[in-house]
Amino acid sequence: MINNTDAVRVIDNNREDAVIVPTMNAGNVRFGLPTVTSNQNLDLPISGAMGKASNVGLGIALAQPGRKVMVLDGDGSLLMNLGALVTTSTKAPKNFYHFLFNNGVYAVTGGQPIPGSDGVTDWQEIARGAGYAAVFSFDNLEDFTTGIGEVLAAEGPVFIHLAVEPEIENTPVQFRQRASRTAQQAYQEVTAALAGDN
Amino acid sequence: MTTEVYDSILHPASLVAELKKNNVSHVVWLPDSETNFLYNMMMEEPTIDLIPVCREGETMAVAAGLWVGGANPVVLIQNTGVFEAGDSIRGLCLDLNQPLVMLVGYRGWTRRGLTPDSAGRFIEHILHAWGINYYLVETDDDADRISIAFDESQRLNRPVAVLIGTEFGA
Repeated sequence: MINNTDAVRVIDNNREDAVIVPTMNAGNVRFGLPTVTSNQNLDLPISGAMGKASNVGLGIALAQPGRKVMVLDGDGSLLMNLGALVTTSTKAPKNFYHFLFNNGVYAVTGGQPIPGSDGVTDWQEIARGAGYAAVFSFDNLEDFTTGIGEVLAAEGPVFIHLAVEPEIENTPVQFRQRASRTAQQAYQEVTAALAGDN
Repeated sequence: MTTEVYDSILHPASLVAELKKNNVSHVVWLPDSETNFLYNMMMEEPTIDLIPVCREGETMAVAAGLWVGGANPVVLIQNTGVFEAGDSIRGLCLDLNQPLVMLVGYRGWTRRGLTPDSAGRFIEHILHAWGINYYLVETDDDADRISIAFDESQRLNRPVAVLIGTEFGA
């Protein structure tokens, strides 16, 4: 399995001018994108959105067809909004890259197993069946580091399954490390950056 | 008599004209009976891109992304979908100050007072609870309230609802 921080670092290292929409563990301020990001102005973290990160990413991808959009999703999150896969494939944005951080647990609520985490769910088959143009899967850092170039050269919508180590967040919400900017600030900054103000 | 009835309904052309007048780029929607006749006309409108979703909560999130990307979306759902989309309205519209016009089919609406449809009974209470202002559109004569909603949402950076209190005429 891949370490969470290593996974977001590989993605960030290859982002160029892509917008990244991370959620849950991939957006965690201690071990997610905020710890490694090289361009915070184009990071749009989504938290507590009940699985809607990919929908936000889809909207950006459709509004900005010349720019890659990378959604860093969680397995529990995507299960809350599985229809989003079909919504995405219906519009079929060529610039859309949907990374699934599959750690098998609800990490921010103490590590309870998600439905299907005992091996009954095949995420790649779900993505293919929903109509994604290309599907990849990686379970070790070396292969992911080597393969990311092929992933980002593929025409979207692309689905990338990543088997990542569970990192459990047991700290009560009020005591967790906070992001350096609010969600409102992030939205304003990314909106301004995409409008060419930055 | 026939002419009076015809004139007292909302025609899809009136609504599409309002969307074009306000430079709407995308309609994020999930169909309902109130928007049935609107679908074909929107499909034929080259300046508007339709984005169908699988469940109404997605509409608010897709619209948020479109807005961040510089587009000018609206959502079009039924009042039952507003109930379903509750947490998305909270987190992605109200919390982020998204200037979004929500066109909402008003299932259960009647001027006769009593309605057996709880979707009709609850929707205005829910909008009040969230502090979301709304305008009622029943006929072509009311269509300009849509522009009022656009102006208000952009001026205040808030979602504003337009309740479509009738079924569209052909």
